[in-house]
Amino acid sequence: MPATRTQAPPLAGLVQTERFASRHIGPRPADIEKMLRTVGYASMDAFIDAVIPEDIRLRRPLALAPGRSEREVLQELRRIAAQNQVFRSYIGMGYSGTFTPPVILRNILENPGWYTAYTPYQAEIAQGRLEALLNFQTVVADLTGLPVANASLLDEATAAAEAMYMTVAVSTHTGTPVYLVDSRCHPQTIAVVQTRAEARGIEVVVEDPEQFKFVPGVVGALIQYPATDGAVRDHRAFCERAHAAGALVTVATDLLALTLLSPPGEFGADIAVGNSQRFGVPMGFGGPHAGFFATGEAHKRFLPGRIIGLSKDADGNPALRMALQTREQHIRRDKATSNICTAQVLLAVMASMYAVYHGPEGLTRIAERVHAMTGLLAAALRRLRYTLVNDSWFDTLCVEVEPWAQPRILDHARGRRINLRPMGANRIGIALDETVTLEDLADLISVFSLNEALPYMLSETGEKPAPAIPKALRRTSAFLTHPVFHRHRSETDMLRYMRKLEARDLSLTSAMIPLGSCTMKLNATTEMAAVSWREFNRLHPFAPRDQTQGYQMLFRQLEASLAEITGFAAVSLQPNAGSQGEYAGLLVIRAYHQARGDHGRTTCLIPMSAHGTNPASAVMAGMNVVVVKSDPNGNIDVEDLKAKAAQHKDTLAALMVTYPSTHGVFEASIKNICAIVHQHGGQVYMDGANMNAQVGLCRPGDIGADVCHLNLHKTFCIPHGGGGPGMGPICVAAHLAPFLSGHPVVDLGHRQASGAVSAAPWGSPSILPISWAYIVLMGSEGLTEATKVAILSANYIAKRLEGSFEVLYTAPNGTVAHECIVDTRPFKASAGIEVEDIAKRIIDYGFHPPTVSFPVPGTLMIEPTESEPLAELDRFIEALIAIRGEIREVEEGKADRDNNVLTNAPHTMQRVIADGWDRPYSRELAAFPSAATREHKSWPTVGRVDGAYGDRNLVCTCPPVVSYGS
Amino acid sequence: MSNVPADLLYTSDHEYVKKTSDAAVVQVGITDYAQGELGDVVFVNLPKVGDKFGEHAVFGTIEAVKAVSELFCPLAGEVVEVNGALDADPATVNGDPYGAGYLIKLRVADAGAMSGLLSAEAYKKHIGE
Repeated sequence: MPATRTQAPPLAGLVQTERFASRHIGPRPADIEKMLRTVGYASMDAFIDAVIPEDIRLRRPLALAPGRSEREVLQELRRIAAQNQVFRSYIGMGYSGTFTPPVILRNILENPGWYTAYTPYQAEIAQGRLEALLNFQTVVADLTGLPVANASLLDEATAAAEAMYMTVAVSTHTGTPVYLVDSRCHPQTIAVVQTRAEARGIEVVVEDPEQFKFVPGVVGALIQYPATDGAVRDHRAFCERAHAAGALVTVATDLLALTLLSPPGEFGADIAVGNSQRFGVPMGFGGPHAGFFATGEAHKRFLPGRIIGLSKDADGNPALRMALQTREQHIRRDKATSNICTAQVLLAVMASMYAVYHGPEGLTRIAERVHAMTGLLAAALRRLRYTLVNDSWFDTLCVEVEPWAQPRILDHARGRRINLRPMGANRIGIALDETVTLEDLADLISVFSLNEALPYMLSETGEKPAPAIPKALRRTSAFLTHPVFHRHRSETDMLRYMRKLEARDLSLTSAMIPLGSCTMKLNATTEMAAVSWREFNRLHPFAPRDQTQGYQMLFRQLEASLAEITGFAAVSLQPNAGSQGEYAGLLVIRAYHQARGDHGRTTCLIPMSAHGTNPASAVMAGMNVVVVKSDPNGNIDVEDLKAKAAQHKDTLAALMVTYPSTHGVFEASIKNICAIVHQHGGQVYMDGANMNAQVGLCRPGDIGADVCHLNLHKTFCIPHGGGGPGMGPICVAAHLAPFLSGHPVVDLGHRQASGAVSAAPWGSPSILPISWAYIVLMGSEGLTEATKVAILSANYIAKRLEGSFEVLYTAPNGTVAHECIVDTRPFKASAGIEVEDIAKRIIDYGFHPPTVSFPVPGTLMIEPTESEPLAELDRFIEALIAIRGEIREVEEGKADRDNNVLTNAPHTMQRVIADGWDRPYSRELAAFPSAATREHKSWPTVGRVDGAYGDRNLVCTCPPVVSYGS
Repeated sequence: MSNVPADLLYTSDHEYVKKTSDAAVVQVGITDYAQGELGDVVFVNLPKVGDKFGEHAVFGTIEAVKAVSELFCPLAGEVVEVNGALDADPATVNGDPYGAGYLIKLRVADAGAMSGLLSAEAYKKHIGE
């Protein structure tokens, strides 16, 4: 055969063209065609035109760069990371270096089996992380000496602020409450407490605890132990003084120190708060980390946040679930003590695993070593004739320096890539941690000798310095005595323990999680990669700005993208959760009104359908809630809004509105609604929970909102982590930009900043590369396409469920937004079947149930997101249709009303395999109701959990082992 | 169908008033219908003996697993007895709302105000039964 010359491909053909959007979006182009046909539209454009009101459409592409490939984006992230400089940090202030055991790093932090799960609302498929969280609570309770701990809070500063709210809530004092704050608390803690106090009309007095005067009106006090300057002081007499005056004492503390120090619960504290970060969670330039909170039995019903408690399942076996939920904002709304929704589950799990891995002896050894190193450093500094401010400490020294010497010492330190903490003009703080080595100590001593050469050998200072903890403050009580903290010393044991717990939970790695209002979309591997890079996660939040140029660039780019996506002028990345975003946004509105001399604007209009956080946030921001009615279609009743806006025109501060509505509909009247509020002097706060239906198609700023928050953990791909972390940045119009949240340690440049809402200036920076990467990977076109597919998927589900279930709310043309509410209330009368039964039966089909009873009791809200492939959507739809058939069997009397596949759901493996089977249906129907489950089945590890039993008998730490037995 | 005893008086907030041997003292609790709607009661927060409440004032809260409800005082008066047994066993409210599951006993400030309460018939109509 004659050789044929093939033509060389043109170089253009060699340019990488892989579109990430086609990896992020589940349905293939042919699937999308099919879905469009099912919902009855000829094209995507025609469909979207029908769903979104024309007057709010963004009729141009977002001004963002085109999407880039995963490889390019990883390279770009590397370039950005390289501009961060990782210095050794001795700054302290609540953030310490830590060594994350690699077995935990890989199997928890970098493991989608843990990070893609949701808040454990469905306890039967969440026993793994519930156990890890129970371990966390046990760690906190044992170390603080206070028996009731929660499953974590956003950070130490907000935990302290929550403690103040709880103190006020349990106080019987009427009139302005006064709250005393130790001037030796971390400055960011003081600032966040002051912000929270100011809006609620609590008077805060900051001074030395020895000077505190418990005059009438003082409801409580906050002290730091060890103090921010490292001092370890005896607060026993102080607690007695406070209690004699009827005041509660909150102690902000450090879990590692408490392995050696007498715990707050033993010297009279009523509440302990702090940050568990140094238990194996990287500093991450400020977060995310798990704050903690513990108190005594007396006030457990006022505890903020999630509590995990032990209960039993339908077969009487021990089972864990979230306890005492009636405390929370989603039930109590404006009467809740706090707006806190989420926890920091992933980080609390890491911290708990660090304790499981090291055990009490290991933790004590780490603490003793840190303390010994600190003693060594103290001896060396004294030998250099430095004066130490305190005689007792755990890991932090405060050194007196001449004002002329301070900058020189700090310069020398910088030369050795070391960050110290300047305190005023004549002191320097040095906080040690478990990562510090003898070489590091030698470097520190060289810095303080202002000499390159070490003036003497470290060993000359004495091998074993005397402990600097007063005898009366040394810990004598045992902690972490439960076997779980003793059984997992080898890496093999540790690995298997984490894998065992992971296997009990349903995450996105096994099935879709169609939780309405939660947006459980793909958390792509490339997006997640940078989270564990040292350049992003080893920076101290107060590291000098010249060392954090990479982060600054990433913040600027992310802020600019979010501003373009929302149609706003400025962004604050500080809020650590949607609830905090709401709070921060309302504070901005409040500051705006006040700056105009408009001090009486305190009324906040909130639609009846709003999420419970909205009214709780409004109350925290010092506003009064006025509820606006919904019309029969679930939309805001515009006439009622007009009437209430007019009635309150002199005091109207804001309207809080979710868009598309919590009912899953694009309300056509939204522009008018915003206009009405503006006419009466109010500002419009848009809750961005449903932003996944807007990106690229319409923008809050164009619609008429003045502020919105974004749940980066929903729309912008930060994983839910099994119930945290989250990020809730706020975007504001130009007239509100000067009022964005400030920070006491880092100047954020806002001219008339409102108070700090988080401990760290940029919230949780180490997870921001995730959202940054998502936006850069998708580009303008990809982001918009994702929104369209998310809306299409929801409409596809709604359409295919026609005839089986009623969709509660739709727009006049029958469309929904990115989620839909399925009405299951009629089955209570027709078959005695409750929404709970249907949700639990969905577990038998291998899926996570949709959102139950929000926003309408007795209904299911389904949100598929754009990431679920059509095949998975179809499997889910078929499961729901099959369940409708099972309900029909009951309706028609073919199945028993009280003893059927639904009322007994979910079915565990133990139950269906057990020798005895006395149910009026087959084992196969119980456990393998669909072909898909026979191919792959995620089992619930416990049967239906008895919520009432657990709430009547609260157990929120690891129970004695006998109660786990048969 | 809920149990609505004919000899009691009711409020539209689902509290009942039951006469006691002392003409000036009444027993107050939530109705059978209310406990059914709430579901398993897990905690009841009650006032102290000697506390005084106006008519319709909130005198406590009652919590189920997924709901919390305020308790409204049906008549103005002073608390003379509190059902302390509910601390240990709040489920009694579900099992016996008109008996052992009562909430408080109240010395009524103005016995005449009782005429403003609903009869059993009127309450049945109110709950649609």
